[in-house]
Amino acid sequence: MSGDGVPEAAGQGTAPGTAPAPGAGGAGVGEGAPRRSVGSRIVGRLGSGAVQVVLVLLALFWLVPTLGLFIASLRSPQDNAAAGWWTALASPSQITLENYANLLDNEAFTGSFWNTILITVPATVIIVVIAALAAYAFAWLEFPGRDWLFLGVVGLLVVPLQVALVPIAQIYGALGIFGNIVSVVLFHVGFGLPFAIFLLRNFFAAIPRDLLEAARMDGGKEFTIFRRVILPLGGPAIASLAIFQFLWVWNDLLVALVFADQTSQPMTRALQSEMRQFGANIDVISAGAFLSMIVPLIVFFAFQRYFVQGVMAGAVK
Amino acid sequence: MATTGDPADAPERGAGAAGAAATGGSGRLGPPSWLAAVFLLPALVFLGAYMVYPIVFSVYRSLWDADGLVFVGLGNYAAMFASESTFIALRNNVVWLVVAPTLVTVVGLLFAVLTERIRWSTAFKIVVFMPMAISFLASGVIFRLVYEQDPDRGMANAVITSVRDTVAPAASYPDARPRPESPLAEADGGGLALGEPASAGDTVLLPLVGVPNDTLPDGTEKAAEPEAKDGAVTGTVWLDFTRGGGGTEGDLDGAETGLPAMEVQAVRDGEVAATTTTRADGTFTLDGVGGGAYEIRLSARNFTEPYNGVTWLGPALITPSIIGAYLWVWAGFAMVLIAAGLAAIPREALEAARVDGGTEWQVFRRVTVPLLSPVLLVVFVTLMIYVLKIFDLVFIIAPGSVQSDANVLALEMWRVSFGGANDQGLGSALAVFLLLLVIPAMIFQIRRFRQENS
Repeated sequence: MSGDGVPEAAGQGTAPGTAPAPGAGGAGVGEGAPRRSVGSRIVGRLGSGAVQVVLVLLALFWLVPTLGLFIASLRSPQDNAAAGWWTALASPSQITLENYANLLDNEAFTGSFWNTILITVPATVIIVVIAALAAYAFAWLEFPGRDWLFLGVVGLLVVPLQVALVPIAQIYGALGIFGNIVSVVLFHVGFGLPFAIFLLRNFFAAIPRDLLEAARMDGGKEFTIFRRVILPLGGPAIASLAIFQFLWVWNDLLVALVFADQTSQPMTRALQSEMRQFGANIDVISAGAFLSMIVPLIVFFAFQRYFVQGVMAGAVK
Repeated sequence: MATTGDPADAPERGAGAAGAAATGGSGRLGPPSWLAAVFLLPALVFLGAYMVYPIVFSVYRSLWDADGLVFVGLGNYAAMFASESTFIALRNNVVWLVVAPTLVTVVGLLFAVLTERIRWSTAFKIVVFMPMAISFLASGVIFRLVYEQDPDRGMANAVITSVRDTVAPAASYPDARPRPESPLAEADGGGLALGEPASAGDTVLLPLVGVPNDTLPDGTEKAAEPEAKDGAVTGTVWLDFTRGGGGTEGDLDGAETGLPAMEVQAVRDGEVAATTTTRADGTFTLDGVGGGAYEIRLSARNFTEPYNGVTWLGPALITPSIIGAYLWVWAGFAMVLIAAGLAAIPREALEAARVDGGTEWQVFRRVTVPLLSPVLLVVFVTLMIYVLKIFDLVFIIAPGSVQSDANVLALEMWRVSFGGANDQGLGSALAVFLLLLVIPAMIFQIRRFRQENS
């Protein structure tokens, strides 16, 4: 698994000696470095200026659509219907917080915001706890069939969740929990586990054996070792997993669409139901979509390194 | 960080050690194996209930009809290929699978190479990676706004129409028409033609009405009298309407405005012999006409509606449009993984190839890409898995009226089972079919994992 070395490339190159190539850490260094990579040759050929201009344009291409949504959310439905969001740059008087004020007065929407939190937080916590226990067993306990069982988990990583929609809906119907928040949370736990176990097991397995043996020699109980040795050492991996899982559940639409009802629906589903009248509901949709993005964006910028690590670990390895 | 950094940095060695522990005899110190069951139990319960059982049940359920009462064998699978909506979904999934992973991988490679030596590469990577953090719903809403048809509202069409207007300004007069007693009349192939033929040296007048003043192009001037010229037909196209009344119909009265950028053609026997466009004052000169009489025509192009941009969300382009949004979301993922691979390429290999006299392109093709191929494969396969299951983006971006044209398997599966049709037999068949499609990826993954841990 080179996955754990990847965040280096996300620009946070801090840990030295992680990547095989020492030049990797120097990616941000300017001229004069000994490494002559493909990139540097192309830069030399086309002129650094041209590449920089292209990259600025590309960065704008990535930023401007989001900016467009943000500005649209600050304009009245009439303004949005009359002209594009960019006209607000010339006439800032169009800017108003009315859409947000209306949205926060809308109990259906604020309810869905709380539902999102009530679904996301427990789902994340449960996944981390269950996966950490299982990952510890896969990494450091011995039992018959361990390797085969773990290969099974690896195989389950790619199972499309569509497979479970009909069967689980039937079980939920029989149990009478169809539509409530618990049913949504449990589904996320089920489908989050293979990846969570996979990520943590690979990390735990890399903890130096001596550390564990020493703790066992000292007569530590297995659960104490798990709590006192593994969990603290596994901090970064657990953080990656928690952040990745948090955003995954926060952003989900499909599971909510099938299993949540009107009273337990998260923001994504509440907004989706407005999409049918996109033009007419642009005030609710734009402001709501932006509100639903704020938490993920904060999490992303605050814990960028961990999130990238989590996403990268999700790549087929 | 130092202590926690180490295990993360050498996971392969650690995994190897764990593997050795399984087979080796050093388990004496280890706890009894029933303890493992305690640690594993919650996970196994969930995996069993939410993954293993549903797979088995879905296969079983797919053999029964909509209500689950009648055994239909493989009937649902047959229906899947026979039904038109599922067929469109299948076809679109193939398009997605062929186009999207390749496109995203290539763009990711390009970005990784371009940013390799740029000072602000971190900022660039953060910006491009950002869409991975937000929901497909939010990305979908963002692109619904980008793709709005009206160039006054949709950014994509605003950019396209303004570029087009700058490059090739085309005036258009959709409402222009001749007066009833005007010499102009509907031409055979569309557009308007003069009743009287003209030949070289003649001047012609082409009066039109019905053009609102505020739609006239910028820089329009007062209509001028045409000047006769040898070997050419000259004339004026103008708005035959004097503000506040007065003036003579069909005559240039001095105060009337020319109609610029009109396409004028000289036609004989159905062949266009000469084409020109009118100047700011409405005058034109059709050079290069030989002897004989020509029909003078204002081509149909002058009277079409103005160019309104691309119909991104129409039935024809909806899938490419959504793939564009998908690229926006996933390019950062490919870029970051590939950049990590790029950083790990030993520079000796590149230098050696250059010393041997390889051009930069050859070094890239023959050395860099082959050395990167394991990473590129991982990116590609991961993208394929996600593309197969694509749901939210299609569901959100495609307006209701074209959703059937944008359909994909995952969306069809939801639609059939829950979104109205309520045929969970067919829905289960679709889910099992999706599962079958990811099995090659599953095998790929297990094999890779075993290789790396052996």
